[in-house]
Amino acid sequence: MQLLTISGSPHVHGDQSVKKIMWGVVVALIPAMLVSFWYFGLGALLSICVAVATCITVEYLVAKFILKQEPSISDGSAIITGILLAFNVPSNLPWWELVIGSVFAIAVVKMSFGGLGKNPFNPALAGRVFMLISFPVDMTSWPLPVQNRMVIVDALTGPTALGTLSEGIKNGETVSQLASKLPDYTHLMMGNIGGSLGEVSAIALLIGGIYMIWRKIISWHIPVSYLLTVFLFTGLLWLINPERYIDPVFHLLAGGLILGAVFMATDMVTSPMTTKGMLIFGLGCGLLTVLIRVWGSYPEGVSFAILIMNAVTPLLNKYIKPVRFGEKVKA
Amino acid sequence: MLKTFKKGGVHPHENKLSADKQVQMLPPPLKVYIPLGQSLGAPARPLVDKGAEVKTGQLIAKGESFISANVHSSVSGKVVKIDDITDTSGYRRKAVFIETAGDDWIDTIDRSQTIVRECKLSQQEIIRKINEMGIVGLGGATFPSHVKLSVPEGKKAQTLIINGVECEPYLTADHRLMLERGEEILVGITILMKALGVNKAVIGIENNKPDAIAHMQKLAADFKGIDIVALKVKYPQGAEKQLIKAVTGREVPSQKLPIEVGCVVNNVGTAFAVYEAVQKNKPLFERVVTVTGKNVASPSNFLVRIGTPVADLIEKAGGVPENTGKIISGGPMMGKALNSTEIPVVKGTSGILLFPESDSKRVKVQPCIRCAKCVSACPMGLEPYLLEREVNAALWDEAETDRVMDCMECGSCQFTCPSGRPLLDYLRLGKNKVGQIIRSRTK
Ligand code: SF4
Ligand code: SF4
Repeated sequence: MQLLTISGSPHVHGDQSVKKIMWGVVVALIPAMLVSFWYFGLGALLSICVAVATCITVEYLVAKFILKQEPSISDGSAIITGILLAFNVPSNLPWWELVIGSVFAIAVVKMSFGGLGKNPFNPALAGRVFMLISFPVDMTSWPLPVQNRMVIVDALTGPTALGTLSEGIKNGETVSQLASKLPDYTHLMMGNIGGSLGEVSAIALLIGGIYMIWRKIISWHIPVSYLLTVFLFTGLLWLINPERYIDPVFHLLAGGLILGAVFMATDMVTSPMTTKGMLIFGLGCGLLTVLIRVWGSYPEGVSFAILIMNAVTPLLNKYIKPVRFGEKVKA
Repeated sequence: MLKTFKKGGVHPHENKLSADKQVQMLPPPLKVYIPLGQSLGAPARPLVDKGAEVKTGQLIAKGESFISANVHSSVSGKVVKIDDITDTSGYRRKAVFIETAGDDWIDTIDRSQTIVRECKLSQQEIIRKINEMGIVGLGGATFPSHVKLSVPEGKKAQTLIINGVECEPYLTADHRLMLERGEEILVGITILMKALGVNKAVIGIENNKPDAIAHMQKLAADFKGIDIVALKVKYPQGAEKQLIKAVTGREVPSQKLPIEVGCVVNNVGTAFAVYEAVQKNKPLFERVVTVTGKNVASPSNFLVRIGTPVADLIEKAGGVPENTGKIISGGPMMGKALNSTEIPVVKGTSGILLFPESDSKRVKVQPCIRCAKCVSACPMGLEPYLLEREVNAALWDEAETDRVMDCMECGSCQFTCPSGRPLLDYLRLGKNKVGQIIRSRTK
């Protein structure tokens, strides 16, 4: 008889693997990718390719030559970062700016902490904020959905729905005066609006989110508590003064909220480990998002909100413990 | 809605290949190695010497401390020697080596098939008898049964819970026993109830054994105070605390015993052994063992004499398949990998699993991606990823605060970890160290 393997129990392993999880996320991103191509044409496709290619290359090089680890490109996490980074920028952003953002996201935000699983901040979000600070003009001129998607256009640009709103409110206009300039809910749902290339279609993003929950890649806690908090908070403001504060449905659908709640805040590496922690995390993200959107100087607050909560995550992990078995004993 | 425990748990593939195989009685093997320590607690003191003639069922070693169990010969023949042998745990332990000659049982054992329902013994007499006959928990933990039945002063048992869950994949010994010896099990349960002074017993059976549930339900109609509860399939429902939670909704506090919430848990195999011991005067010297695996020619359930070398059982099930890479005693979640087949079956052996080479190696280990799956899988509400780090950094105080000692080594965390991290290896090490520290503190 050949040599027997001796190892501790358990002797069987479930069918989850890092690869399956990461590729599951990529699959969940497909509907939104298709929508971005539909509305923004080849420019969208090109941006995604540039970001993904850069992320993979940088991760490979850093792992191999600086960290001297075995590069693990096949786990798919660099691809996700690439797609999400491209999702968070205007589709007509100059390609070299996207390259710089990708290098920053992977080399500085992810690999400098030791690679997969060790980074405290979401690389795609940190990359986006870095680009926002470095290229403020290019990062905030949004192409409108194109007519001919086979040409790379940078012709028509316009503000995002949130941009229009925040600009108008600052100039003393009321919500009802602004209503005609804002896209209606159908457009917001479908994505036929100006904005970052992956954030525009609420439906496509939600389909991806439901797929991930169904495949048990993420749990419902963060997206639901995040979205619910935004809905309730903005709903309260709207009840107080509907002329100053727009209705909660608009807040849910406009901007990067759904993209953030479904794909960015749920990043497992940078979000809490317990369900209670996740609920608090979602709550925090929601409150900060609304604060920035309504009172901050940026029209959109999702990226900042999530990054701030990323910083709080280690604290949440330290103080919010799971309910231990036998802790709350019923007599 | 079917009952189950709430927190954590996983769903490994069931692979109950031998569920339809009737228990086959094996003839006594040519030789047996009977370890002196087969239960939790101190090993028994041998009563026989080299050269002694023994009969089947004869007491050959006496359990002398409170937590310890008697050991009986499982064959008739001659004691060849008393020597060390590697047992399932991988350690060398003392065992009685017997060469079989015939099968001559001691004559106090009632070998008839008639079922004796009535038990006239008193509470104390039952417990004494169970102690005498060397009964231990047959679910795997091998806790001496007389100790479990002696309710400590100031505590009161209310419910006897019988474990018919068999939540480990592959194993079918308890399942078959319920189908084939249901009535004896129920009589055993009434005896256990009497020993504990309770008038309520609940048998928990997972829903993947509908035949056993139906069968036991039918039989139990004849017995007073015994209920059958069908449970949703979830590992580790056979763990005492999880089973109590599933059946009664009560949670046993950390580091406490089930009696704290008025429960005592026994396995169906133990109930059967108690029946045989009390009603038939038969010591515990044989048990049902499942021998199985994907490539095993005929996965089977055998009634085996304690001390039979594992190799004999595998032979009877069609031999070791060509590409076997791992042999496990017990189930795939909590069982022990064996390094040889000359290891004897002991009272706690519920199954022998043969894994092909391709299933024998662990998956590649990757960095923790903080996915929290281990946290949500842990039925004890621990944070395995964190305990791994604490153990790795020798932070024993932190590990203690984070309740490493509550880990019951069920393996759910490691089973579920997408990064294939050897979490339970770290947890065992942590329990070991922290346990030492706690013991040294009380000294
Ligand atoms: S082995 Fe321990 S830590 Fe892991 S799931 Fe089981 S009880 Fe929890
Ligand atoms: S399941 Fe594995 S990868 Fe996920 S948090 Fe636990 S240890 Fe880390």
